[in-house]
Amino acid sequence: MSIVFQKTKGLTDVPTHYCPGCTHGIVHRLVGEALEELDVLGDAVGVAPVGCSVMAYNYFTCDMVQAAHGRAPAVATGLKRALPDNVIFTYQGDGDLAAIGTAETVHAATRGENITIIFINNAIYGMTGGQMAPTTLPGQVTQTTPYGRDTDTAGYPIRVCEMLSTLDGVAYAERVSVNNIKNITRAKAAIKKGFENQIAKKGFSIIEVVSSCPTNWGMTPSEALKWLDENMLSYYPLGVYKDVAEGVKHNA
Amino acid sequence: MSKVLMKGNEAIGEAAIYAGCKHFFGYPITPQTELSAYMSKKLPKIGGTFLQAESEVAAINMVMGAASAGIRAMTSSSSPGISLKTEGISYIAGCDLPCLIINVQRGGPGLGGIQPSQSDYNQATKAPGHGDLHLAVFAPASVQEMVSFVCDAFDTAEKYRMPAMLLADGLLGQMMEPVSFDDVKAYTPAEKPWAANGHKNRRPHNIINSLYLKPEELERTNFERFERYADLCKNGQRYEAYMTEDAEHIIVAFGIASRVAKSAISEARKQGVKVGLIRPQTLYPFPVSAFDTIKDDPKVKRIMSVELNMGQMINDIKLAVECKKPVELINRTGGIVPSVKEVYDRIMEANK
Amino acid sequence: MLKDILFAGFGGQGIQFCSKVVANAALLENKELSWLPSYGPEMRGGTSNCAVCIDDEPIASPLVSSPRYLMVLNAPSYDKFINLVQPGGTVIYDSSLINADTERSDIDVFGIPATRMANDNDLKGGANIIALGYMIKKTDILSLDIIKTSIEKMSKGRQQLIANNFRALQLGYEYSE
Repeated sequence: MSIVFQKTKGLTDVPTHYCPGCTHGIVHRLVGEALEELDVLGDAVGVAPVGCSVMAYNYFTCDMVQAAHGRAPAVATGLKRALPDNVIFTYQGDGDLAAIGTAETVHAATRGENITIIFINNAIYGMTGGQMAPTTLPGQVTQTTPYGRDTDTAGYPIRVCEMLSTLDGVAYAERVSVNNIKNITRAKAAIKKGFENQIAKKGFSIIEVVSSCPTNWGMTPSEALKWLDENMLSYYPLGVYKDVAEGVKHNA
Repeated sequence: MSKVLMKGNEAIGEAAIYAGCKHFFGYPITPQTELSAYMSKKLPKIGGTFLQAESEVAAINMVMGAASAGIRAMTSSSSPGISLKTEGISYIAGCDLPCLIINVQRGGPGLGGIQPSQSDYNQATKAPGHGDLHLAVFAPASVQEMVSFVCDAFDTAEKYRMPAMLLADGLLGQMMEPVSFDDVKAYTPAEKPWAANGHKNRRPHNIINSLYLKPEELERTNFERFERYADLCKNGQRYEAYMTEDAEHIIVAFGIASRVAKSAISEARKQGVKVGLIRPQTLYPFPVSAFDTIKDDPKVKRIMSVELNMGQMINDIKLAVECKKPVELINRTGGIVPSVKEVYDRIMEANK
Repeated sequence: MLKDILFAGFGGQGIQFCSKVVANAALLENKELSWLPSYGPEMRGGTSNCAVCIDDEPIASPLVSSPRYLMVLNAPSYDKFINLVQPGGTVIYDSSLINADTERSDIDVFGIPATRMANDNDLKGGANIIALGYMIKKTDILSLDIIKTSIEKMSKGRQQLIANNFRALQLGYEYSE
């Protein structure tokens, strides 16, 4: 019998702790495949965040560092400056990247730090049990917005790709999703491109992945993907927000 | 031996480069800015990294990243900035990473002032971050010691896999003294099999991590870490004993306070007063062994702690002498350094 | 014996440079020394001072609360420090900027119109070195030659700067009331 599908060498052979239907598993696989296909698993160092993907260090087969909440881009900066020829990436959620770590994100981006950021936007804090995230939609009910996110008091969601694409240090910003096969294929291409950019020393790349959280959204996995499609993609349109072909580094 | 005249802050930078540190991540704050300026001038020329971070928080996390890769990295700040770094320091300690943190102290709390202080003693030695952890804390009293302690701090940090701190103050940072680099030994990078620097498909993947959700595992890592701390406490205590043999009064002071104390002791000795000095050079570990004989010596009448704070080290002294001797405080705070006369007057008063 | 010197004036009068010349000269003589500046907002136009200690023994306290030598180039610093000078100490002040009136008879106080001399001799900004020349003449801190060597080293080959500073130093050294 011939093998028609094999788990990527980029992931360890352990069951993850993610909830059934969670899209983290898909994105992990895409990252692992991209690293494997580019043959950089031996050169890669990933930085895990605080949040649901905190234990990503157990799942990726490359070297991993676990960072404090929001600080992954700073840790990745230190790694990249120490190891300029290695492939350094962060894997962060929305609370980590766009709330507590906004400063680290923005400044790594504006420095044009030659790293790749995989950003999971699922509009909620998963690990702590479903509180409002910086990307929670207006009106969306969470544990800490029980009457729906009131933009008068809780403000508006942050569109990360749009915001970062205004910065000259950003070489590449694309928003993708993993809610269907077509989008997964696109997401894979974007993630791979994010790593290729780094290898070509183009500067800062971020791939935002619009994701689902069935558990904290209180839905079945399929309902969650449907809700994502109907509610999130209109607020967070998919597409390329910035792509500087020659990169942002003058002396790369 | 050739000597050059250098500011303390600049000497720290030069010493760090001698010690093999080519990666510096900082954020401007008075009174340590000369160090950042020095590194920004020097490091690019030797293929290193000087990075002015967006915050103290980011800077210490950049240090964590570089340290994870297995190289020597450092950051520096002054008191309010160190408070911001405490999160990162805790993670670095929890990940068993070596690095060097410089604190050129200024008066606090809050924004405080910019004049010299020693009011971060407790923070440095007792609670440099959340959780059970310690820093190896070195307390230089001269520009020359800043040089040698920077090198020793890096070595200690790597040997014990823990962050180290150089606890200086604004005065030492700003002061110039002749300094020699002749005795600084060349740095040879040690093997770091734990580093996250890319496994090249030749070893299992390394994980730099401080998260242990199973309490038993977390407890085990804490026990292991404290075994290393115990070794450091046993073998790493450093102090200078000055004119203590016949002393009836013992002054304890570190850093700039010890310099003032020495002048006061010289004056008092001229009047025939038997007074000496214990000068801790490491604050963690506190040099308890310096008090082994003092605490039971019948001729020692009292101990006086000279500090630029409201009395922080004094508690460690009381513990070291097991409360067998009275311990008094001679202190100024808010950025004021006690004058030689102030300390001298207290000695003479005590000797009545 | 410890020679502790306080240099004081406005920021911009070259207090730091002047004190560094002395510190570097002491280094050239293989002396123990410390150089301690006031720091902070002073450097942005307020009063500035630097303490230099020179000795054959290691310097204990680098702080100078009652100097043996005081060089003072502005009135606020004169008022602030004149009563702190050690009995038997020496004061050099810029008499073109300071009306010195002290009742102290236990110290030697010498005025030199350093700022006016600098202006008269096309040595703008050279009052500090003129005052230093006078200080070297009136005290036993260090020799004129070693001060010159120090200025030369600190000026890193900038010949015009060296020439001007030498001229200023000589003017001060040769000044007589």
